[in-house]
Amino acid sequence: MDVAIIDYEMSNLHSVQAACRKVGLSSLITSDENQILDAKVAILPGVGAFGEAMNHLIKSKLDQTIHKFIETGKPFIGICLGLQLLFETSEEFGGNNGLGIMKGTVKRLQFKRVHNIKYPVPQVGWSKINQNSANWNDTLLSENWDGEFMYFVHSYYVEPSDKSLALTTTTYGQQEYCSSIQYDNIFATQFHPEKSGETGLKIYNNIKSVIVKS
Amino acid sequence: MKYIRIIPRLDIKGPNLVKGIHLEGLRVLGKPEDFARLYYEQGADELIYQDTVASLYQRNNLTEIVSRTAENIFIPLTVGGGIRTLDDINSALRAGADKVSINTAAISNPTFIHQASRAFGSSTIVLAVESIRQPDHSYLAYTDNGREYTGVEVLTWVKEAEERGAGEILLTSIDKEGTGNGYDLDLIQMVSDAVNIPVIAHGGAANVAHIIDAINDAGADAVAIASMLHYASVHRNGNLLDRFEDEGNIEFLKKNSSFKVFGSENITEIKSRLAANEIPLRVLN
Repeated sequence: MDVAIIDYEMSNLHSVQAACRKVGLSSLITSDENQILDAKVAILPGVGAFGEAMNHLIKSKLDQTIHKFIETGKPFIGICLGLQLLFETSEEFGGNNGLGIMKGTVKRLQFKRVHNIKYPVPQVGWSKINQNSANWNDTLLSENWDGEFMYFVHSYYVEPSDKSLALTTTTYGQQEYCSSIQYDNIFATQFHPEKSGETGLKIYNNIKSVIVKS
Repeated sequence: MKYIRIIPRLDIKGPNLVKGIHLEGLRVLGKPEDFARLYYEQGADELIYQDTVASLYQRNNLTEIVSRTAENIFIPLTVGGGIRTLDDINSALRAGADKVSINTAAISNPTFIHQASRAFGSSTIVLAVESIRQPDHSYLAYTDNGREYTGVEVLTWVKEAEERGAGEILLTSIDKEGTGNGYDLDLIQMVSDAVNIPVIAHGGAANVAHIIDAINDAGADAVAIASMLHYASVHRNGNLLDRFEDEGNIEFLKKNSSFKVFGSENITEIKSRLAANEIPLRVLN
């Protein structure tokens, strides 16, 4: 199996699977530890509330499975909430602990009016990703370019303690936030590659080339 | 920067894409998935599928069309019509929808918005509002394509729905829908000023100027467009899209009657004209 899509009852997994299928990656939606650890790549998607997601992960012991998978050194990919869960803590609903794989916190986007333009929260729609890190060409974004549009839908964003983890940043209502990270074998995005049209599919194609090389 | 979204809205009856005026008098236009594919290629930012008869006849047959669409189209798809339970939401998402829009079930049980947003995340739950302007210039929310009176005031309702966890508002003016007379700017502005969540304006677009008004004058975060895109597509891509099943009223297509009021631009052309008017949006490379 190429890709294990981690199922913890918190997300729309099917669009991730459709994107895998589109580029010719075999994938499995699963919460089984052995199946996840056997896969060449694991994807942690996610839509919804941080606290509830952590509860699901802990209850199903998938938190431990995720730690184990990351220790193997194989590519691990987080999407949206799946990025946020990798950090230590979240401000959401009075504070929650995350998986703590990276140091940093998850913060809420602030509703703003700038020059009489309203910036709603959640941010829903397309925004540009701007290059923040020099090692771009060694990441799954290598086929994308600086300033391309990706699709976002979120009310929270991550603030890594180590700012150099940010592979890209995105600006919304004059707030600049980290929109993707690269940390060892972890690649994670605030945007949804599987919803970002042909631009996002380039990332899935890249996953495929990484697997072929390994 | 906030980038405005252009969202084709496809009203579906049985297997077919249909279009009416004031959400009534439906005409068959073709296969929804063919139009969806075309709009995806032209640079649509999202898509909306609305089952026009689901809540009338308790029919919910959209699932297959949704799965066929989601296999090939990698932009967000919102599905509405006949969503009454958490199970309905779950099966729409399983079929490949990214969000669901809810009207009737939310009005008859407002706590459903809260339950749904807790279970699936606010960003998955779009409140659909069907508004009709009253003789005293107030706006009331209706259900069942504007047929059922509820007495609920639009302004109070959208604020309540936001508090209960709705992630976006799809705001339809029944008065304007299908007419090509332009968006109801007062309505859009009223709702946009009242809530902090995104507002998708729908109903009345016939040309690029209408779209600019909804964004610049009324503050819409996104615009849903139906007739204008569909009629232009039928006339320009007739052969490609000439594939519909014999259900409903196909006389319209046979006669190939054209509504002069609607512009003939496709999404790519609409977007480049909006960009030329300094409206920030995503254009395809």
